Amino acid sequence: MELFVASPILFPLLGILLNVLIGKKLGERGVGWLASTVVVASFAVSLALFAQVAGDSEHAAVHVKVLPWISAGPLQVSWGLLVDPLSSVMMLIVTGIGALIHIYSIGYMHGDPHFQRFFVYLNLFIASMLTLVMADNFLVLFVGWELVGLCSYLLIGFWFTELKNAAAGRKAFVVNRIGDVGFVLGILAIFVTFGSLDFAEVFKAVKAQGGALAAAAGVITLLLFIGATGKSAQIPLFVWLPDAMAGPTPVSALIHAATMVTAGIYMMTRAHALFELAPFTQQIVALVGALTALVAGTSALRQLDIKRVLAYSTVSQLGFMVAAAGLGAYVASMFHLLTHAFFKALLFLAAGSVIHGMGHDRHTDPQDMRNMGGLARRMPVTFAAFVIGGLALAGVPPLSGFFSKDEILLAAFTHQPLTFLLLGATAIVTALYVGRQLILVFLGEPRTASAAHAHESPAVMTAPLIALAVGAVLGGALNLPGGGWLHHWLEPLIAEQAKPLNLPLAAFFTALSVLALAVAGWMYRRPERAAREVARGVGLFLARAWRIDDAYAQVVVKPFYFISTVCAQVVDVGLVDGAVNGVGDVFRRLAQLVRGLQTGLVRNYGLVMLLGAVLVTAYFVVVR
Amino acid sequence: MDATSFVTFLSAALFVIGALGVLLRRSALLIFMSVELMLNAANLAFVTFAHRWGQLDGQVTVFFIMTIAAAEVAVGLALIVTIFRTKRSTSVDELAQLRG
Amino acid sequence: MMINSTDVVAVLPFISVALGSVGLLIADLLIPAERRHVTAWLAAALLLTAAVIALSLLGSPTFEAFGGMVISDPTAFFLDTLICTIGLVTILLTLRYNQVRGILRGEFYILLALSISGMTLVTHANNLLILLLGIELLSIPLYVLCGIARPRLESEESALKYFLTGAFASGFLVYGIALTYGASGTLSLQTAPAAPNVSGDPLLLIGIGLILVGLGFKVAAVPFHLWAPDTYEGAPTTVTAFMATATKVAGFAALLRVLHGGLPGMESTWQPLVAIIAAATMIVGNLAALAQQNLKRMLAYSSIAHAGYALVGVAAHDTTSVVFYLTGYAFTTLAAFAVITAIGSSEGEEMQFLEAYSGLGRQKPLLGAVLAIAMFSLIGIPPTVGFIGKYFVFQAAVAKGLVWLAVLGVLTSAMAAYYYLRVVMVAFIREGSAAAPLPTPSAPRNLAAAISVAAVFVLGVVPALLLSMIGNGMLSTTP
Repeated sequence: MELFVASPILFPLLGILLNVLIGKKLGERGVGWLASTVVVASFAVSLALFAQVAGDSEHAAVHVKVLPWISAGPLQVSWGLLVDPLSSVMMLIVTGIGALIHIYSIGYMHGDPHFQRFFVYLNLFIASMLTLVMADNFLVLFVGWELVGLCSYLLIGFWFTELKNAAAGRKAFVVNRIGDVGFVLGILAIFVTFGSLDFAEVFKAVKAQGGALAAAAGVITLLLFIGATGKSAQIPLFVWLPDAMAGPTPVSALIHAATMVTAGIYMMTRAHALFELAPFTQQIVALVGALTALVAGTSALRQLDIKRVLAYSTVSQLGFMVAAAGLGAYVASMFHLLTHAFFKALLFLAAGSVIHGMGHDRHTDPQDMRNMGGLARRMPVTFAAFVIGGLALAGVPPLSGFFSKDEILLAAFTHQPLTFLLLGATAIVTALYVGRQLILVFLGEPRTASAAHAHESPAVMTAPLIALAVGAVLGGALNLPGGGWLHHWLEPLIAEQAKPLNLPLAAFFTALSVLALAVAGWMYRRPERAAREVARGVGLFLARAWRIDDAYAQVVVKPFYFISTVCAQVVDVGLVDGAVNGVGDVFRRLAQLVRGLQTGLVRNYGLVMLLGAVLVTAYFVVVR
Repeated sequence: MDATSFVTFLSAALFVIGALGVLLRRSALLIFMSVELMLNAANLAFVTFAHRWGQLDGQVTVFFIMTIAAAEVAVGLALIVTIFRTKRSTSVDELAQLRG
Repeated sequence: MMINSTDVVAVLPFISVALGSVGLLIADLLIPAERRHVTAWLAAALLLTAAVIALSLLGSPTFEAFGGMVISDPTAFFLDTLICTIGLVTILLTLRYNQVRGILRGEFYILLALSISGMTLVTHANNLLILLLGIELLSIPLYVLCGIARPRLESEESALKYFLTGAFASGFLVYGIALTYGASGTLSLQTAPAAPNVSGDPLLLIGIGLILVGLGFKVAAVPFHLWAPDTYEGAPTTVTAFMATATKVAGFAALLRVLHGGLPGMESTWQPLVAIIAAATMIVGNLAALAQQNLKRMLAYSSIAHAGYALVGVAAHDTTSVVFYLTGYAFTTLAAFAVITAIGSSEGEEMQFLEAYSGLGRQKPLLGAVLAIAMFSLIGIPPTVGFIGKYFVFQAAVAKGLVWLAVLGVLTSAMAAYYYLRVVMVAFIREGSAAAPLPTPSAPRNLAAAISVAAVFVLGVVPALLLSMIGNGMLSTTP
């Protein structure tokens, strides 16, 4: 049984092993299909486990301890796996969408010299993400959490001959580490409070002690939320996600839209019992989410790169999910996570197909929307896919996005006016940028030779598009208003009052969205406008994502730079490596200070030691 | 002031003189001799304390420390001679190739 | 006093290594000069034997021997095993590296074995005199080893700097022992502060302070760390690898013996001080490492930073976490140095600068992978041992109420990711430069790398293996 439950994780690992050992002999197709087959196998097992949970009358979880891990006094942690309604849904998303993206990548990465390495990383990612969602305790969850971060770093920097990509990879990793600091401290705090890290025991204690834990829960949830802002790209740590688009497009679809970035949402849903004890944290979560949604949504309005529009859109939609979690609407949050996984993966893969079709002329940037136009006729399947994904994103009924977004808006409407206003505005902005993107990419006349000669992608790429499009259309059926399937499915874990459809509200937003799409169509009937409006003023401000990256540079990097330049002159140490690299530079300047101690002269070392000895003895005699 | 305290202060003074010598001398040889002074200050303290407690332990320890000092001398002088051959100098202030 | 068989068993690893190194000295005379690797293999066999002996003694209960001068408990025997294993791995690294650089000499291995014998004495010290003897026995051969690549100036400079600062530190240690003895009338670690009206005596406190200075020097804790980067950079890389791992472990063994095994009832006195030193060590080590372009020197600072993390466990009075941390750190660092010796063992000048590693991951994927795994473990990414080790020490700190220290530890290790990742980036992301020579093949070195990497993963995934060996840490009272 243990082996069977663990097999979704083991299959991709087996794929890695085989591809590393005999990948060279298998050739490109062999490697790609092997990597895809193991993920399909994982999906099959996930389906079987899902059926097992579903077959049980009480939806009892499948819970196994595969191996003992840490046994040190009170700290008892094992490699335990938990398949309950929540994790089984996540497993299906990860392996299902993962499998489609693997297959798509066979076509997309065709001819890449590092084809084999790419699929090894992809498999590693699937294994890591499954570890994250199947963990039965916080520590194993953290293992998966770190590993997906690592995979992301590896895959963003995949085309590492371009230094820009490598820097983006490192930025993603370092920013994520900042979030991880919060998460690690949160885990420590959980252990100190509950004496255990197992979900079962922690949440049992939460249930038993309830309000007595309010203070501790406040600290723990704030720390966990810091972790979530890193991984799920929320203010103030969202800056890494748009840069992460440097990686190959299937990676953007899999990691930076459908799965990894949802880890924060998943974790908060998993720990919702703790969050419910901390109303203050809930408030912050809701506001941060809503604010992120609006900031990122408006930034998406003025991007020129086809993938960056989608990247900011992802940040914005993650904001919706986080806000929903903050409002206590965890089912709505999970629902949106699910539908978003479908339509955003679809949009990214369609964008990848566009880039693939455009990429013949070396001199035109195949990702710049100014170079596109008129692709609808040349790439009909891609166009259809993009339209479905886009309308789902914009929340047009009866596509999946409409239902999930509506649930979140409704929750905000009844709970928090401010959050509702922010999210409502974002919903309209969303329709605007979707319309803008559709027009710029697909309609009108081709603006470059690349666009004029674009062609439809091969079947291995379009077939996953069609599969995802079906999901994006029908996904809403999973949780129809008034207590749909997902609601009942998660009921053993999350007891929430189901809300019926609020018809006026839904109609209002539908009308506004359709109107916004039309407005976008009218505004960009002359596509030159897109280039003009980002040149200065508000357009530039939005195009640079509210200048948050710039602000970091001004507020954090500059002052440190100044102080340490002064110090560096005082201690007279040579400057190393002129490369200025963001926040890292702050520390590098500080490092120069420390290096100043290291004069190379023995007598100075002796002096420092003697002073140290004096301090130590003085401490013992005086301070003690 | 009784004899024990007096000798204890004497040894402390020797220790401090040795430590300052390490900091103030430029020649590796003289620095090393200052370290020997510190060790001998410890020896003096050991003998004094052995007297205070009426035990042999402290006095035996002195022999061990003298052995250790002898071993350090053997290795230290060899190192100093080696570097003198290469650099024609024993000044530690000229030894700053490795730094930062 | 009669010496009986229990006494011998208590320090059997020490006795076998010490006698073995004398035997090695004689055997080396009989081995012709062009067959020096025989000495190396003999030394390896000796250390393997000692490691097996120590491992087999792991199960025995705690007992004192030689009239309480030495103590034998699972922690001591485990540290013996660890130190001998590190020595063994180091020898595997030396075979090719030392040959190319002309330092494959008999005395290298004899000195190495002698130094290890000193370390295996430190681990058992229950008496300040034994502690002193062990520390000197481990240090004096190291002074020579650092300078063994003469007439290379950097090697000589590193040796002289280490020697002068080391002797200076010994002065503090010896004087501290003298004062402690003066205050308490005993050299035993168990009874020193137990004498009536002694624990508040300034003489005793200054004595313990000076002992801590001497030991802080050995583990390269801030502010007694300044020798380490220079010495590590200048010494032959194989010696550096040994010093960064085995010496560090032995230094901590001494600290554990003094603070955790001895000085009962004085925890509240030393704990805040050790916590402050740990904090300073983590901050300074990591900050200075950020600015390094020289990989060897960066690892020197990294070893300082990691001493800081181990000190967190010391401050938290949690022996098990410290021992676990050191074990993980040692194997991780050995893996990193295996790669450096590989690059460094090409003819001509040693390649220490990061630039020399560009493209390594493409030309030699396995070597590149070893380097990357070592860096990930140093950052503390699961499932490597670096993660579990950090988790243990931070956990211990939090449990003792030293929350600020744990927070600082987590923050500094997040910062450390920056410079470790730079190494991975250079190795995998940049194109190789034509000037960088390809590493020379060496089966023993590859074996050493494989052992280290295996340990990094095995201990990361099943730390229980190790925890069961260490048992419940160190018993701090006399049986």
